[in-house]
Amino acid sequence: MFLINCPYCGERDQQEFKAGGEAHIERPKQPTELSDDEWAEYLFMRKNIKGVQFERWNHAHGCRKWFNMVRDTSNDEIKAIYKMGEKPPAQ
Amino acid sequence: MRNRYSVFSLIKNALSYHENWQRAWKDPTPKKEYDAVIVGGGGHGLATAYYLAKKHNMNNIAVVEKGWIGGGNTGRNTTIIRSNYLWDASAGLYDHALKIWEGLSQELNYNVMFSQRGVMNLAHNLQDVRDLKRRTHANRLNGIDAVYLSTEEVKKFCPIINTSPDIRYPVLGGTLQRRAGTARHDAVAWGYARGADAMGVDIIQNCEVKGIKRNGDSVEGIETTKGFIKTKKVGVVAAGHSSVIANMAGLRLPLESKPLQALVSEPVKPIIDTVVMSNAVHAYVSQSDKGELVIGAGTDDYVSYTQKGSHQIVEGTLNAILELYPIFSRMRMLRQWGGIVDICPDASPILSKTSIKGLYFNCGWGTGGFKATPGSGDLFAHTIANDEPHKLNAAFNLNRFVSGDLVDEHGAAAVAH
Repeated sequence: MFLINCPYCGERDQQEFKAGGEAHIERPKQPTELSDDEWAEYLFMRKNIKGVQFERWNHAHGCRKWFNMVRDTSNDEIKAIYKMGEKPPAQ
Repeated sequence: MRNRYSVFSLIKNALSYHENWQRAWKDPTPKKEYDAVIVGGGGHGLATAYYLAKKHNMNNIAVVEKGWIGGGNTGRNTTIIRSNYLWDASAGLYDHALKIWEGLSQELNYNVMFSQRGVMNLAHNLQDVRDLKRRTHANRLNGIDAVYLSTEEVKKFCPIINTSPDIRYPVLGGTLQRRAGTARHDAVAWGYARGADAMGVDIIQNCEVKGIKRNGDSVEGIETTKGFIKTKKVGVVAAGHSSVIANMAGLRLPLESKPLQALVSEPVKPIIDTVVMSNAVHAYVSQSDKGELVIGAGTDDYVSYTQKGSHQIVEGTLNAILELYPIFSRMRMLRQWGGIVDICPDASPILSKTSIKGLYFNCGWGTGGFKATPGSGDLFAHTIANDEPHKLNAAFNLNRFVSGDLVDEHGAAAVAH
């Protein structure tokens, strides 16, 4: 449980948010060209990092907007928050 | 030679004030090379080592554990054992485990306190009723004992449940598996450790894996905090940290690691003599032999390795518990903790070979791995020894995420474990 600084609403309780999983997984540009292995990579395989991870979050019980977060999953410390479409901060 | 535990050994050791009990397992330094190394000294890992030695004559093996054995999810779960899963593959897997549980204390000469007190699953809405009836039929077709109970029968089986029709989520019925129940989680780890050690398995604690050495597409050994260990076969049974180990070998797994919480109350006299689970409101409760109510909460929805979890998850579970069992309203909770569970997209485990020769993964048990401990160890040992899965775990391969042949236990079966 922690506080999240929504880029649109400011600091709110994590309870108001929904985690949306790993960020920056790009949808295949040519879906019809993909092999089954590549589909499995895209759909199911995850980095699931212990340490600094890039994720998507949604302010589900607030402005309902999506944004990105850089968070250390080993201690839940939030390193950075940035809007959708913005470049991730260099790590 | 390992001394057997019996009433006579108890009396004999009582005479010397219990100061001369034989060590249950040794504390060896790792050898330079093993035929196989199991990464992770929880119940599943120790069971794997036990069956490798017992059934496949692989005695030159080791279990490496970064902390102490049974200190991870083995010691953190709510000890529920059942096999009433919907799909044939799951039913085969979990009932295989349940059958081993039934004779495990005798086999290990270690009391794992397996108690077949029954597990009841409640239905709170019409879809629950349909799902649970369907699951009951599926179970019976698979030879698993299951009965559907009406609201009155639920009340009769567990009188403290509030079956009033005017509660927020009224009890419309339930299922009961009488062969299901609970066991003592620590004893399972200790019993398997003692059994494996007696057959020559080295159990190496405080030994963290730092890397997996590959030669092309095959495994050559593991780097640990106690030095390099050469081996051609590595079985990874690292639960929430499976992705971390996979990353060392350059693999990605379809897993997300999340905190799952549980809590126990202060001890009280016997009040609930079964296990009651309610998936719709996510509350399940049983009573330990010490008298504590053992309550399982849900997972957080974000990836975390903190072994903590959010307060609102516990609050939601306790709200549901109090609605269903008003008698518990003045109970005080004693302890709360979290464990990191590795969840697959289809909520089924992975017991599988990988694209790297000699590297095997036993993971993805998510929120319900404890019940499968003996079966998981047995089948994973078979997979490692023969380099081929047993027919009971063939469906639980990694390749199912490529072929699409998932074992989807999410909605239809019990979500909570």
